[in-house]
Amino acid sequence: MRPFSHLQQVLESRTFAVTSECGPPKGADPSSLVRKASLLKGYVDAVNVTDNQTAVVRLCSLASCAILRQMGLDAVVQITTRDRNRIALQSDLLGASALGIRNVLCLSGDHVCFGNEPGAMAVFDLDSVQLLEVARKTRDQGSLCSGDPLTSPPKFFIGAVENPFADPMDFRVKRLEKKVKAGAQFIQTQCVYNIQRFREWMERVRDRGLDERVHILAGVTPLKSAKMAHYMREKVAGMDVPEELVRRMSSLPAKDQRAEGMEIALETIEALREIPGVRGIHLMAVEWEEAVPELVTRAKLTPRPSPHEEI
Amino acid sequence: MITAVRKPFDEIREMVAPYESVLLVGCGTCVAECASGGEKEVAILASQLRMDASLRGKRLEVGETTLDRQCVYEFIDRLSPLVEKYQAILSLACGAGVQAVSEIFPEAIVLPGLDTTFLGQTREAGLWIENCRGCGSCKLQWFASICPITRCAKRLLNGPCGGSRGGRCEVDPEVPCAWNMIVERLRKVGRLELLEDVYPPCDWSLAQGRGPRKIQREDQAIETV
Repeated sequence: MRPFSHLQQVLESRTFAVTSECGPPKGADPSSLVRKASLLKGYVDAVNVTDNQTAVVRLCSLASCAILRQMGLDAVVQITTRDRNRIALQSDLLGASALGIRNVLCLSGDHVCFGNEPGAMAVFDLDSVQLLEVARKTRDQGSLCSGDPLTSPPKFFIGAVENPFADPMDFRVKRLEKKVKAGAQFIQTQCVYNIQRFREWMERVRDRGLDERVHILAGVTPLKSAKMAHYMREKVAGMDVPEELVRRMSSLPAKDQRAEGMEIALETIEALREIPGVRGIHLMAVEWEEAVPELVTRAKLTPRPSPHEEI
Repeated sequence: MITAVRKPFDEIREMVAPYESVLLVGCGTCVAECASGGEKEVAILASQLRMDASLRGKRLEVGETTLDRQCVYEFIDRLSPLVEKYQAILSLACGAGVQAVSEIFPEAIVLPGLDTTFLGQTREAGLWIENCRGCGSCKLQWFASICPITRCAKRLLNGPCGGSRGGRCEVDPEVPCAWNMIVERLRKVGRLELLEDVYPPCDWSLAQGRGPRKIQREDQAIETV
């Protein structure tokens, strides 16, 4: 079957994929998004746009992805179940397909309590696994969650996220399997800093044969500073930053820490490429998009395959 | 049980300010168990209101009574001889009790003295936890009797999310991750396979999706001859 998106084409041709992401602005002017996206163009196969990440109101993912499409980028629309019920979610899925946004990433989303509208209703009508199933059903069966038929099915490549570092540890692979069963075709993971633990997780993933059923892209975020490393280690839920990395960063003067963060990210990418079953990386350089072209180039992951035809 | 907490005194004072006599009506069931609206709490609030009024030089007559249940007609009826003697009723029942009393005495001013909170359990002395949302379709058989709709901040039926840390919820580290508990308990009883299925979306029409719900049973109706 013909792939729905450039990303799908890259992954199915077994090219080691590179994706990245852009956070949209907290305002109506899209120029910062355009600037970030133009930095990524040519260095990545697809670009995610986050959906009001950390529950902070921002320019919407769908509109942002439409802008990326106009710029000739393959976009991954992130859809969380936090803010919309199944009526709105399915409507957005149809809208994404109509706008040529052919990768959707289904997730539950950060809780509203972390954001700038903490009094908002946390919707969670569906969870991420159910959203995957709903997306697959709209595409493959041409029907809604309720079973009501659509006049024409949407087209997209369906993705999900997984955190190999969250509790309960040994259940995470089972949950991944559930996501695959529900419809996930690609997975972008939480940022990997603890390679050993990620390797163990991948081993379990391979034991269940899941690496053959889903394309796994490992998350990589270059550390900007020792402070960031420390913060991520201590404060960010579901993040595993080994003490040793924090030490390595803080042993250097502040002016050299960015460069060290890049070195660590490059070592991580190299290690990840060696792990069987890892099909690509997802670079999340939050407010440091300039790092992406450098990382991709230095990791010798350029040139990226160009889309052969309009999909 | 239905849990509730007493409204702040200032809010209560403001509510009763227009009246010179008020009848405090407690409820001896749920809110007595959670120590917010039983006989004892009625007595405390009554003293507080009297003292406050006298300190302010205001005339306020405060009556006290506690019904066994404030949500059942047979019990509410006992207020009949009292209601007319007071300008207002301050109910220390849950919202259901307040509304039941005002329905039976439509001419009376009935005010809420409590903030009704949740359906829960007395975990230990002085600690009540929410563990049921009354969703209308109990799923506890799948989740080792731990309700994810109530106890997971994201109501995930196919959890856990990626945010739990050390078995604690990312939303409030004081709260254990419901999904961590579900997985642990199912592991203990050897039923982890229950989590391999993808659980379908909830039918919220069985919850509050269509406005107030009712239960009507013919077999319980009193036959009128």
